[in-house]
Amino acid sequence: MNQSDSTPFAVTIQNLTKKYGSLKALDKITFSVHKGELFALLGPNGAGKTTLVRILTGLTRPSFGIAQVNGQAGLVPQALNLDYDLTVSENLLIHGLLYHMPYPAIGSRIRELLAYTEIAHKARATIRTLSGGMKRRVMIARALMHDPEVLFLDEPTVGLDPHIRRKIWSLIKRVQGQGTTILLTTHYIEEAELLADKVALLDHGTIVALDTPRNLKARMGTYAVDIVDDNGLATNYFPDKESARKAMLDMGEQGRAITLRQVTLEDAVVGLTGRTEK
Amino acid sequence: MNGFIAVYLRELLILKHRFWRMLMSFAVSPVLYLVAFGLGMGKNVKVGHQSYVEFLIPGLVAMSSMMQGFGINVEINVTRFYLKVFEEFQAAPISNLSYVCGEVAGGVTRAILASCVIVCLSLVTGLGLTFGPDFWGLVFLNATVFAALGVTSAMLIKNHADQALITNLVITPMAFLGGTFFPLKNLPPWARAPLELIPLSHASRGLRMAASHRPVSPEDCIILAVLSIAAIGLAWWSVDRAKD
Ligand SMILES: Nc1ncnc2c1ncn2[C@@H]1O[C@H](COP(=O)(O)OP(=O)(O)OP(=O)(O)O)[C@@H](O)[C@H]1O
Ligand SMILES: [Mg+2]
Repeated sequence: MNQSDSTPFAVTIQNLTKKYGSLKALDKITFSVHKGELFALLGPNGAGKTTLVRILTGLTRPSFGIAQVNGQAGLVPQALNLDYDLTVSENLLIHGLLYHMPYPAIGSRIRELLAYTEIAHKARATIRTLSGGMKRRVMIARALMHDPEVLFLDEPTVGLDPHIRRKIWSLIKRVQGQGTTILLTTHYIEEAELLADKVALLDHGTIVALDTPRNLKARMGTYAVDIVDDNGLATNYFPDKESARKAMLDMGEQGRAITLRQVTLEDAVVGLTGRTEK
Repeated sequence: MNGFIAVYLRELLILKHRFWRMLMSFAVSPVLYLVAFGLGMGKNVKVGHQSYVEFLIPGLVAMSSMMQGFGINVEINVTRFYLKVFEEFQAAPISNLSYVCGEVAGGVTRAILASCVIVCLSLVTGLGLTFGPDFWGLVFLNATVFAALGVTSAMLIKNHADQALITNLVITPMAFLGGTFFPLKNLPPWARAPLELIPLSHASRGLRMAASHRPVSPEDCIILAVLSIAAIGLAWWSVDRAKD
């Protein structure tokens, strides 16, 4: 999906800083997310992704700067936070009441969302009895209960098997298709590459790069040649297939494994974060 | 209002899912006290013109309603540090006051259930005590004071271990010294004066009067009512402290 720059902003962040003692979890961050966009925050452990999401959803106070969400926010936090002794429906019911939904609307919304997230058969099961993938889907269903305009997903697919991850990815895309703005954090590069309209690379509390996945990749080139030999792994980047192929022929020697492939977002991430390593 | 309903309903649903287990746990300590101090001492030990068991039961109700009301703090700590559901409340568009009132109502409900258990036990043993509206009104006020203090302490602590400290330093001494097991009248004045100040003393004295058909002193009621409002105010103030 392409967002023109004239679309209004769903999230505005200016000079946002969060300090924990002397540690700057976020350091003067500035960016905006357009309405309807799927924005991925990519970064290693401790980069500040969760801190940013918690500030945007009112769970943490910023030290200074502006963090503004236009419209109701919905949140799927990184750590599961469900009531284990209550049933799936009861968890959603409490959420609906917390967001001032009228009682009759809550019941039909629960049925609709449980069908949508494919856990309708577990409506009366207590959370304790669900698998990890089901709990994640309950979390997403719960966050969607009050039909938020902006949905924050903090590492929504951590610890899930590839099938369930794909299911959740397709669910996320469908939610975006209905017009919801989504801000997703992840350290899975392929997740950001597959889903996001825009990616911000966060490292040590600062934004190292922010662009569409396509433009980020283009910074490295279009084709990559990996050479694996006794010296380890080396990757060279090329603007087009022809030059890459030519270089490959020149490099071909005994005892080397050479692969030609398209540049991925991972190349861009490695290239961009490598330069900023402290 | 919806916020209050959501928070209270959640506590009720948790209570429902654990109803029998919880009722049993409410019964354990009062039964132990009744056996040890009530029956163990026999019917011949008198306090004033009452048997000791008759004297003891309203004190146990005061103690239990305090403990179970304050016990909402354990639920909140589990919600905050273990389940992390507290973040749901923090992110939701509800006022801090409706959150506090929902949790206090949860604590009061547990306290009333715990008191019912003791009242049932005493009805079975056929003692000449009565439990009218004045009695239950006092249970309500006492439970409100301590549930609100429970919410406050749950908001102010930084980890679960601090909670045990507060309970051991504040609640347990009060349970023993708040006129529950012996009449404060028997103490020398220097010991009596400070103990008269603690909220539980007013609750146990008032409950004892109500249970034996005597008029409850308005002073005790007013003090408990004022303390409930103050404690709710304190809890309201404390909610924002829980944010990092
Ligand atoms: N409550 C807190 N008190 C002190 N430091 C904190 C607190 N929360 C986060 N931090 C620190 O802030 C930094 C950013 O943490 P954050 O959880 O935002 O990272 P993250 O990008 O979400 O990492 P992960 O991928 O592991 O979830 C870390 O160095 C972390 O230790
Ligand atoms: Mg995180």
